[in-house]
Amino acid sequence: MTVKLMQGNDAVGWGALAAGCRFYAGYPITPSTEVAEMLSRELPKVGGKFIQMEDEIASLAACIGASVGGLKSMTATSGPGFSLMQEHIGYAAMTEVPCVVVNVQRLGPSTGQPTSASQGDVMQARWGTHGDHPIIALCPTSVSQSFDLTVKAFNFSEKYRTPVILLLDEVIGHMREKFDMPDFDAIERVDRIATDVPPEWYKPYGDSLSDVPPMANFGDGYRYHITGLFHDPHGYPTQRLDEIDPWIKRVHRKIERNLHDIVLYEEDWDPTNKTVVVSYGASARSARHAVKLARQHRLKVGEITLLTIWPFAEEVIARMARTARRIIVPEMNLGQLALEVERVAGRSKVVRVNRANGEMVTPQEILDAIEGS
Amino acid sequence: MTKTIQNDRTEIRLAGEGGQGMILAAIILAEAAAIYDGKNVTQTQVYGPEARGGASKAEVVISNGQIDHPEVINADVLVAMSQEACDKYAGNLKKGGLLIVDEEKVGRIPSNKAVKIPITQLAEARTGRTITANVVALGVLVGLTDVVSRMSIEKAVLARAPKGTEDMNRTALLAGFEAADMVKR
Repeated sequence: MTVKLMQGNDAVGWGALAAGCRFYAGYPITPSTEVAEMLSRELPKVGGKFIQMEDEIASLAACIGASVGGLKSMTATSGPGFSLMQEHIGYAAMTEVPCVVVNVQRLGPSTGQPTSASQGDVMQARWGTHGDHPIIALCPTSVSQSFDLTVKAFNFSEKYRTPVILLLDEVIGHMREKFDMPDFDAIERVDRIATDVPPEWYKPYGDSLSDVPPMANFGDGYRYHITGLFHDPHGYPTQRLDEIDPWIKRVHRKIERNLHDIVLYEEDWDPTNKTVVVSYGASARSARHAVKLARQHRLKVGEITLLTIWPFAEEVIARMARTARRIIVPEMNLGQLALEVERVAGRSKVVRVNRANGEMVTPQEILDAIEGS
Repeated sequence: MTKTIQNDRTEIRLAGEGGQGMILAAIILAEAAAIYDGKNVTQTQVYGPEARGGASKAEVVISNGQIDHPEVINADVLVAMSQEACDKYAGNLKKGGLLIVDEEKVGRIPSNKAVKIPITQLAEARTGRTITANVVALGVLVGLTDVVSRMSIEKAVLARAPKGTEDMNRTALLAGFEAADMVKR
């Protein structure tokens, strides 16, 4: 019997194992705790390490250290812990250390409501840490997609040497659905590019033809310096403009030049659809329900579900906005990703459908917005 | 009252107090539908921070097709194991929906069509443990509605029963079936 009933959080844990995650450090917090529970049980069975840390700051620090040591690493948390992790998300972006940070969003701000759902951390995932930095954030809409996107998160983090945020919400994290566990051997796994030069020639942040420099793991005989300060190709602090400027441009370029690979979405619309619903996470489930109802009422309405929310899917939204008159954006917040949609919507009208009280946006609310032209 | 649900989307809500096992009952029902009946299912819940007490609600949506919105919109079936749960959710039942209440715990019932069964009392009388009330409730629910087959729910209950409690849980389930059959007659 391979079919199981599984929670989204459990599927994240299995996805991590399938992707080759061998290190987890975390501090349990509702509604993400099942990820830690699951990996505390399963990681040791595959020779991985699980450690419960004293807080979320230390948790991500441990993950970054383990990743530099060569292990694919992950932590999971929710809003209050995600706030604490911001410092090290920036550090991982600056030092270009692959790692996956899972945030199962709950109602905030502050301690908020631990068992209530939210999509309130959309902008925090993008801009929570200070300074100009690239980031990738993925949002699953189902249990099986939680598995798939966790694998993707690891692959992106390794391929582009960047922290990746996996942004679930309480609905997806705690929901149980039918799940057919795939064969792990059949899963595409991406590993960081190893260096092929001798240790004395190795420059951790330079000399690469690609925008992603090869990464030597500590312990493999390569001795180099890592710092959160702007650094030169050897990893030592620098104040030279001719080293700072290329660095900041390169780390943005490594994401921007690969949008075709990173920006994942599902689309079901055509240029005759005057109304299109754009959604992500649990809200996409309500959106799909509403769109089906609307089509039963013979309304021509399309939909786009964003699986990658950062970087933002500008190209497809702008293309759709050229023919759609109204773009409906349901979110479990008071309008966050809608701001991005508005940025590229041109003359199309963006209609927000919001809830920030811990409950899902209902299909009826979205249907009302579709009908209220 | 008998009600067999044949719509392609069946919405079931189990509500009571934290500690009554409503979430576990929903998981078992979902497993019966997904694993043993091969249907699509979503199972969600709302609960407070307490381990016991406080309001607890668990939901199961069952369909042969794709399930989009994963939560109950208008319940086909509500099992209310406390007065608060009945007060809060009875109004959300679909027209012609089925309300099952634990007779002993729910005094004020908003409908004269509700099925009243002393679920917790039955659990204690048959198994000696009130803790099996959630399994009795599953027996009543499946016995009345056939949302999953009796064989599937039995398999699902036994797969979840801790070692040594299989007989007790089977007894509880059968007590629920019997109570449902009495109502049908």
